[in-house]
Order: sequence, then C-alpha cells, then structure tokens
Amino acid sequence: MALLEVNNLCISFGGLRAVDDFHINIEKGELHGLIGPNGAGKTTVFNLLTGVYTPDEGIIRLDGKDITGHKTMEINHDGIARTFQNIRLFHQMSILDNVKAALENQYQYSLFESLTHLGRYGRVEKEMTARAMDLLKVFSLDSDPDLLASNLPYGQQRKLEIARAMATDPRLLLLDEPAAGMNPNETRELMDTIELIRDKFGITILLIEHDMKLVSGICEKLTVLNFGRILAEGETKTVLSNPEVVKAYLGDE
Amino acid sequence: MTKEKKRTLTTYAIVIAAWAVIEILMRAGLLSSHLQGLLVPMVYYAITAVALNICVGILGELSLGHAGFMCVGAFSSALFSLLTADVLPGGLRFFLALVIGTAVTALIGFLIGIPVLRLNGDYLAIVTLAFGEIIKNLLNAIYFGVDSAGVHVSMQNQMALGLQPDGQTLINGAMGVTGIPHDSNFTLSVVLLLLALFIAQNLIHSKQGRAIMSIRDNRIAAQSIGINVVRYKMMAFTISAAIAGMAGVLFSHNISTIQATSQYFGYNVSILILVYVVLGGIGNIRGSVIAACILYLLPELLRGLNKYRMLIYSIVLIVVMIVNWAPAAIEKREKLAAKFHPAKSAEKKEA
Repeated sequence: MALLEVNNLCISFGGLRAVDDFHINIEKGELHGLIGPNGAGKTTVFNLLTGVYTPDEGIIRLDGKDITGHKTMEINHDGIARTFQNIRLFHQMSILDNVKAALENQYQYSLFESLTHLGRYGRVEKEMTARAMDLLKVFSLDSDPDLLASNLPYGQQRKLEIARAMATDPRLLLLDEPAAGMNPNETRELMDTIELIRDKFGITILLIEHDMKLVSGICEKLTVLNFGRILAEGETKTVLSNPEVVKAYLGDE
Repeated sequence: MTKEKKRTLTTYAIVIAAWAVIEILMRAGLLSSHLQGLLVPMVYYAITAVALNICVGILGELSLGHAGFMCVGAFSSALFSLLTADVLPGGLRFFLALVIGTAVTALIGFLIGIPVLRLNGDYLAIVTLAFGEIIKNLLNAIYFGVDSAGVHVSMQNQMALGLQPDGQTLINGAMGVTGIPHDSNFTLSVVLLLLALFIAQNLIHSKQGRAIMSIRDNRIAAQSIGINVVRYKMMAFTISAAIAGMAGVLFSHNISTIQATSQYFGYNVSILILVYVVLGGIGNIRGSVIAACILYLLPELLRGLNKYRMLIYSIVLIVVMIVNWAPAAIEKREKLAAKFHPAKSAEKKEA
C-alpha cells in the first residue's frame, strides 16, 4: 500500500480552479518530486496536504488513514511535516530551541513542573536537548546551538527548517523549494542531506523544486503540474524527456 | 544554558540587594514616610509589568486590559479578607487571600481569553481594553452584601440589597470596599515579586514556554510542527492574568479602601504598565522590573518640581527609548562594554 494516496483533489479560490483533479501515489521510502512552472499550484498542493486549506473535493490518505479535512496541527501528529518556500523559522529563538520546540509532542511534563522546574523537568529537558543536538549534528548545525536562528546564513536557515520538521518524527516530509537561493555548492550539500534523511531515517519525501539538477539527481519519480492540473507523471527520466513538459517549461519553439 | 541561568540568578540577586538596601535605609530612618508609602505600589506595578511582559513579550499579543485583571485580584481577595478578618490570623489570611485572588483572576483571564484569543494583533489589543473597562465599570456599579440569609447582589443601591440587621455590605457600589486588613508590607511584596520572576523565567525555559514563543515567532510554522496554538495562547494569557491578579492582592491589602476608579484600574493604568514593559524591553523580564521601579518612582520623586514634573517624565521616557533602541546608542554601549570586559567581547566577536 502506498504511504500517501491522494485522489481527485480540487480547490478553487473565487473563480480560479487552483488545483484540479490532483492525484498522487507515493510509496514508502520514495523520493518524489513535484515540479511545474510558477503559479502551477505546487505550494497549494502542499497547503492542501498539510491542512492549511481544506479541499473542495478529493481524499487524502496517509498509510490508509483518511486525513482529509484534518487541521494542520493534527496532520503533523498524523505524520506529515513540512518546510516553507519563504523560510518560517522561530527567529527570536535559538537554533537549539527551534528544534526543541518541534519535540513538544514527544516529551511530556506538566505545567506545574514547568513553572517550578521540579519533578520530571530536569530529566526530560536533558533528553530533549540530547535528541535535538543529535538532529542538529546530522545537518552540521551543532557548532553554536545557542545562536539566534535569525543570525544564521540563508542556506543554513533552510537546513534548520528541515531539521525542525524532522524533529516531529514524520513519516512523510514535504520540502517546498529546499534549494531556493542556494549556490551550487550549497545545493550539492543539500542533495546529500536529503538522501541521507531518506536512507538513515527511512523517511518518505515529496519535494517541490525548480533546480533541475537537484530534481534529476535525487528524485525517483516526478509529478508535473501546469495550471493546476497534472501534465505528466512517472519515472524522472521519462517525464523530463516528455515534449509536453519541455514545452510547459521552455515554451513553444 | 549556563549563560541564561547566570542571567536569571543575577535578576534575583538584584531584587534581593535592592530590597536589603531599602530595608536598611528604612530601619535607619532615612526614608520619609511619603517614600515608604511608595514602596509597595512600586513593587506591585513591577509585578504587573512582569505579568504583562509574559503576554506581550513571550506570547507576542498586546493586551491593554491588565489593569482590569489587577482589579479582579484586588476585589476578590479583599472580599475574602473582609469576611475572614475576625476568624483567621493575619499571615494565614493573607496567604489564602493571595491564593483566592490569583485563582479568581486566572479564571476570569481564562474566560476572557476564550473570545479574545481568537483575534490577533490590534484587534486583540482593543478587545482586551474593552474587557478591562467592563470589569472596572461592573465593580463600580455593583452592590454586594452578606447576612444570615446568604449573599445579596444589586446593581441599584445599597438599600436594594435588603440586608438583615446582622448583614454586612461588602462592595458598596462606587464607594468600593472598605476596611480591608492591612496585611501586606514591603518585604512580602518583594517575596511576591521574586515569585512572579521565578514563574516567568521558569516558563520561558520550559517546553510550554518554547511552544508559546514559537507561536509568537511564526504561528503557521508552529502549527506545522504540531503545536496546539489555542491551548498555549490560553495558557500564556491565563498565567499572565493570574500574576496581574497577584499584584492586585497586594494592592488591596496595602490600603484599607479600594474603589474601581480609573485612577487605579482604568485603561490609562494598563497603558502605563505597557510603557514599563516597552521601555524595559519587550520579552526582557528583568528590564520590566527595573523600568517599572524607576518610572513609578520618578514622577513621585519629582513632585517638588510641580509644573515641570510630567514634562521631565516624558523627556526621560524619550531618552530611555533612544538609549535602549537606537542603533547608534547600542553600538556606543557595546564599545563601552568592550572597554570593561575585553575578554568577553572578544569571545562575542569570534562567535
């Protein structure tokens, strides 16, 4: 059974059909790319999958469970985490606290323990810090964990956002243009990191990306959106050589 | 981690040192009775500033109704102390009054939070302002008394209560509550200030605090990592209200008569407290305390200058704001700090 199974997903804003009859099947452990020209509706699909928008029609199943219409928070508990096209970090918090904030639902102590720092507080906080530092190490962000997130360079902010999403222990990770604004070196490094996440943590990944080097380098399957509809789907190589796709990206000759 | 702990401990140390100095001056008879009378109010404004900073600095929502929460704490605890004035010894009575005043305010804060926290930003600020005024005006218009037959409430006048001869009027409309036992003192207030600081600092360095701050920094991202935004907003708002209620308990047990007037509980007081928070630094708990103390005492100490008092006060506000926040001033300050701690600033530069 596919990990993510989406059928007939539709949403309109006013008279505009932003996403129409979208479907996707992602197997466990797959690295799937969602590409398409600007304004094709890629981020809207992410927002539908994560409950930011409620679809007009369609059904979203995660591991067989219907999660259509769940709230963003619940969908994260269901096992989907995401990053954002325009980075959304907790800017006034430290790097470490950004990740620890995402561990919130996996570690418990009461409000009383939090206000007095008694009871489980010390032990649980230690565990949280250790777990967060392990994750930061994966992304080589562990050198100065007390630095404010806003003081990180752009490329590392993107990485921190991925680390934060990973901290919620997801089964499916949605990355919205992870390589945007990165130089070729940073992009290469990012590709390694993404593959590492998949292989080491066994996480299924769906990513939106414009950088074709990244897409063809790591994605096994692709779905191409154009004007809210699926233009092509399948194996990366086949899709990228599809004349329709080339036309959508580069225009007619 | 250790750096933050050091900072927290320094805050407690500053408060305790200030208390010791004032206490010694008082014992030595060096403080005028006018000045002595300002001490407890100074501390309860500092506590309210800490409370408001939890709402504004940690949760990131502007509240203009905190004077209303002080009002609830003041009245509810005053009623308790009045009823038990002959039954309980002073210390225990004040402790229970504190618990009740704080709990009642927390409850009111929670109830007000339900509609208010559905809003954001400016809208939230305006609605909290409205609730603050409602509380004040309600307590201004209400008549409340007890007798052997039970409790009596009226919105008309004292006669409408219809009390038995053995009855006692507790809230006498605009006349307020009279005869509250004078249970608080400067030392007790400082203990409560330390308690408020302890709660605020601990909250910030806990998982609940992180969840609250993540909502402040980016609500959408907070939702995306599974944080229950409504729950944590309510939590922060309720804690903030409860601490303001605690300050209210100090207020009512420092003077024998309280009235729900604008002078003590109006929106201008809420704004005054907001000024303390902004000048002390939004999100900076220690700053709120220092700003509240200085800015409360300043106009009082300037009373001798009469006409120019508020003018000087306003100028000080502007100057403090510039010194605190202007980029050029910050740079100067850091250079100055570098002169005194060359090792520390070198470390900073490396980082």
